[in-house]
Parts: sequence; structure tokens; C-alpha cells
Amino acid sequence: MKKLSLLAVTLFSASLLISSCGNTKSEQNADASNMTISIDGSSTVYPITEAVAEMYRSEAPDVKVTVGVSGTGGGFKKFGRGETEISDASRAIKEKEIALCKENNISYEELSVAYDGLAVIANPENNWLETITVAELKKIWEPAAQGVIMKWNQIRPEWPNEEIHLYGPGVASGTYDYFTEAIVGESGKSRGDFTASEDDNVLVQGIAGDKFGLGFFGIAYYEENMGKLKLVKVDNGKGGVAPSLETVMDGTYSPLARPLFIYVNSVAATKKHVVDFVNFYLANAGNLAKEVGYIPLRAEEYKAQQDKFAAFLKSLETAK
Amino acid sequence: MSKRSLNNQKDRWFQYFGIFSTLIGLILLALFIFQITRDGIGRIDWDFIVSLPSRFYAKAGILPAWTGTLWIFALTAIIVIPIGVGAGIYLQEYAKKGRLSNILEINIANLAGVPSIIYGIIGLEIFVRVLQMGGSLLAGAFTLALLILPIIIVATREAFKAVPKSIKEASYGLGATKWQTIWYQILPIASANIITGVILALARAIGETAPLIVIGALAYVPFVAKSPMDEFTVLPMQIFNWVSRPQHGFLMNAAAAILVLLVFVFILNGIAVYLRNRSRKKFGL
Repeated sequence: MKKLSLLAVTLFSASLLISSCGNTKSEQNADASNMTISIDGSSTVYPITEAVAEMYRSEAPDVKVTVGVSGTGGGFKKFGRGETEISDASRAIKEKEIALCKENNISYEELSVAYDGLAVIANPENNWLETITVAELKKIWEPAAQGVIMKWNQIRPEWPNEEIHLYGPGVASGTYDYFTEAIVGESGKSRGDFTASEDDNVLVQGIAGDKFGLGFFGIAYYEENMGKLKLVKVDNGKGGVAPSLETVMDGTYSPLARPLFIYVNSVAATKKHVVDFVNFYLANAGNLAKEVGYIPLRAEEYKAQQDKFAAFLKSLETAK
Repeated sequence: MSKRSLNNQKDRWFQYFGIFSTLIGLILLALFIFQITRDGIGRIDWDFIVSLPSRFYAKAGILPAWTGTLWIFALTAIIVIPIGVGAGIYLQEYAKKGRLSNILEINIANLAGVPSIIYGIIGLEIFVRVLQMGGSLLAGAFTLALLILPIIIVATREAFKAVPKSIKEASYGLGATKWQTIWYQILPIASANIITGVILALARAIGETAPLIVIGALAYVPFVAKSPMDEFTVLPMQIFNWVSRPQHGFLMNAAAAILVLLVFVFILNGIAVYLRNRSRKKFGL
């Protein structure tokens, strides 16, 4: 019994000790943090950042790079409070988020690192849909379509008189924001009666098992599941275009190709290891993006991003 | 048909229903384990256990994830055991029965039903921001400790209730104080059941993802945490991350990581069962 009491006392004091040393430790962290880079944000950009961070480890093993997946919005909330050095984003920063940054005196630079194509996807048994126009997509997805556009033949009379089942990413995702902005014209506005999932693999399963399904998600998920899905061409007035490495890079797949961004905190950008990391990112993002299923920018576009970052650094110098 | 044979028949049907109900649970578990094992077993080898996460699924491992899970397990236990058991003993032995203790009791039961993500939001505000712990192991452990605290309080109380009254009365009869009675008589007998409850609660805690995402557990951590203030990831985070990747290989990795987590949970449950049996024998309960 003595042992038990001893154990209880030890455990309790240990927990106190740990929580108290916690405070001093976080103060020390301010000094030690010069060799860490914390990144958070979009789960879409995550695979690229993970790949860069992994590769950077062999370049600079002392720099601890950590990456979270709070989502574009969740990432900006932390970025705007100065809790992260770099934020991954699958859309541009919003007014509200800019205001949060201003409130906390945080300035930043936006750099694009790759493209993602949003693929419009149907079931392989769907034999009537080859190409869809942007106007038709708008008609299907706009808020006014809720409860109104319920059948395929309401979009084109020659299509079957069958219910249309819609699939899309969750409303908290940058992918959803981007699609609604590009198609409906206003970010975050769409009908609400579609099957939504934060996990794109769930959408893949849904459409693969639903002859009358229609949905959209990142092209990497189509490429991994080609046999189960049918890629639909998108017509923006110049004929149908299917998303691919070429059509996204040369800009003909529009408007569903989007840039992916990283945002760099200006205070972090005064530290050498962060600058090195960002330069390393821009230099290697092209190859790595391709490796993890995304589409690289053109070489001159990467050059432009590097120049943009260099100019940003210079402006910080002069501001000092 | 006589009344007796009718009753016998009812008896049989109820037995069938009971077997059927039990089988549903078992079959589901067996199917789940079969599927996960089929997908994941091929990926489990030493390299998988000791490697860092990687963009190549064949090279990726779970070292930061399982070490993070161990850290979280230990820290959560250290935090939650004294508080949970203390609160349980107070409510069972000291608190006056009355309106206040009724309200307390109902609210503790309610706490056990709050969705885990709500605890994440509380943890983010209190531990991560106000107490400045950041997205550290300690903040995660405190958050999970809150989450399982009600379970442990309830388990402690049940364990105390299960101790025969005669032991308590005998102790008082010999002139022991309340504290001596609790500490030397009741707690030792109740301890096995308490530990069982604690282990089952901790097994739940290490399977949680949602509250840890909220407080800022990471997805890519290229190092093993060395102190409770380090940033971290845990197995469920790694699984969540891999499951949502497009490449099929990552899904295999997720299955393999699930297997590792399952083994972990099975071991914990095994320990709980062992302790319960041992104490039953020892105290003849």
C-alpha cells in the first residue's frame, strides 16, 4: 500500500512539474525557434509541402520543418495570429483573413507554387455526357438550382429523364471555394443539396457507384482511379477541353485550373533558414508537384515567383 | 400447446436472438480486421516502424506517429489518473448527498456525451492559447485528459460501490478514520477495477483524431518528440492523412498503421482484462 501512495504522489507531482516547466520552456522556445519552420493550412497543398520538407531535410538536417493540415481557412486563422511562419492555401487569402493579419500587424507575401486542375467527373456508364459547358455547370450548381434542377434532361433535353446526383468537396475546403467562385461567380455560394465529403476518396467511391452521379475534385484523384470514373471535358466557349498537364499549364483548361499558394510571414522572412527554405521550395516545387499528382507552373512562372520573393525580401530590408 | 412448452419455446427463441446479437458485433469486427489485415499486412516491416513520413508511400513510415501516441498515452495517464480518481472518491465517499451533488453527477454524465471535437475547441482556447502551451504534446494530453475525465470519475465510483459494505464497516468498527478506511481498505480492493476503467478510457483517448486536429496536431513531423513541449503527430492523424491521399499506396499505408494502432489497443485491453481477473482472485470477489 505504501508503494501505491508513493506512486500516486509521484504521478501528481510529476504532472505539476511538467506543467510548470512547460511555461519556462515556451519562453525558451522563442530563442530555439530560429531553426524551426511551422507550416499549416490546405490539405490540398500538403503533399507538395510535405515533399519539399522531406527533400529539404537532406539539404539542411538541422532545420525542423513541421506541416499541419488544418485546411486553408484554419491555416490562415493561425497565420493571422502569427502562430505559423508559412501557410498553405488552395485559394487566395480572403478579406476577413487579411483583416485578421492587419489586426495582429502581420504582413506577408503570396507565392504560387503549382497548379491543380479540378476535374468534372461522371460515372463510366454515363454515355450521354462528353462535354459540359461552364454555363451548364453554373445552372446545375448555383444556389437557385436547389430543389429545381433535379433531372439530367433539365440541363439538356436530349439527356435522360433521370435524377442527377451531385457530389462535391465539403464547404470548408478551398476546393469548394474555388469551384463556386469559378463556376457560380461567388465564392462559397452553391446549392446545398449535394453529397459533400472532406475526403475526396469518398467522392470517388460515390461517383464510381452511381450511374447518374456528377461531381468534381482534384485531378490527382481522377488519375489514380481512371478505370472507375469518366472525365468530362469542360467547354468555356472554345470547345471542350479535358484537364491534363498540358492544358492546365498552357491555360486552355479554364476556368477550373487553379493556382496553389504558400503565404510567407514577413517576420519569418527575416530569418535566413526560412528564406533558404522558401527558395528551395520554389526551385523544387515543379518536379515535386508532378511527383505527388499536381501540375507545375511554367519555368518562367517559377522565375517570376522567385523574383517576387526577392523583391519582398528587399522591401523588408529597406523597411528596416 | 401447453403453457410450459410455449415458455420453453420462448426461452429458445430468446437464446437464438442473444447469439445472433453477439455474432453481429463479432462478425463486423472480424470483417474489419480481415480487410485491414489484407490491405495492410504487406506494408508492415521494421522499416515501416522506424521510418519518417515520406512522399513515396513505399518509403514512408510511422516513427513520429507511434512515438507521439506513446507520449500522449503516458502524459494523459499522468494528468488524468490523480484528478479523475480524486474526483471519483470525493463524489462517492465525501460529497453530501443533496441537490448540489445531484447536479454535479448529472453534469459529469452529460460531459461524457459531449462530442470530442468540442473538447478540442476548449483545449485550443485554454491550453494552446491562454496557457501558452502551443500545439504541444502537453496541450494534446491535457485536452484528451479532459475528454476521458468523466469516464474515469464514473469508473472510480463504480469500483468503490462494488466493494462490499462489510469491509468498510469492519474498518470503522476497529476505529479507523475515514481516510484510513479509504486508503488502506477500499482503494486497494477497488484499484483493479479503477485501473481497468482507466486503461479502457486511455485506449479511447489514443484513438481520437478530431480534438487533436483542432489543437494543432501536425501531419508531417520529421522527428521524434523529446519533451512534452514538442509539436507532435499521433497514429490516428497519420492514418487520417494517408486515407485522404489519392495514391492507392497511401491507403495501404493507412491500413498498416491502423493495424499497428489496433495491436496497441488490443494490448491495452488485454492488460485491463488481466488486472481485473487477478484482483477478483485476490480478493475473492
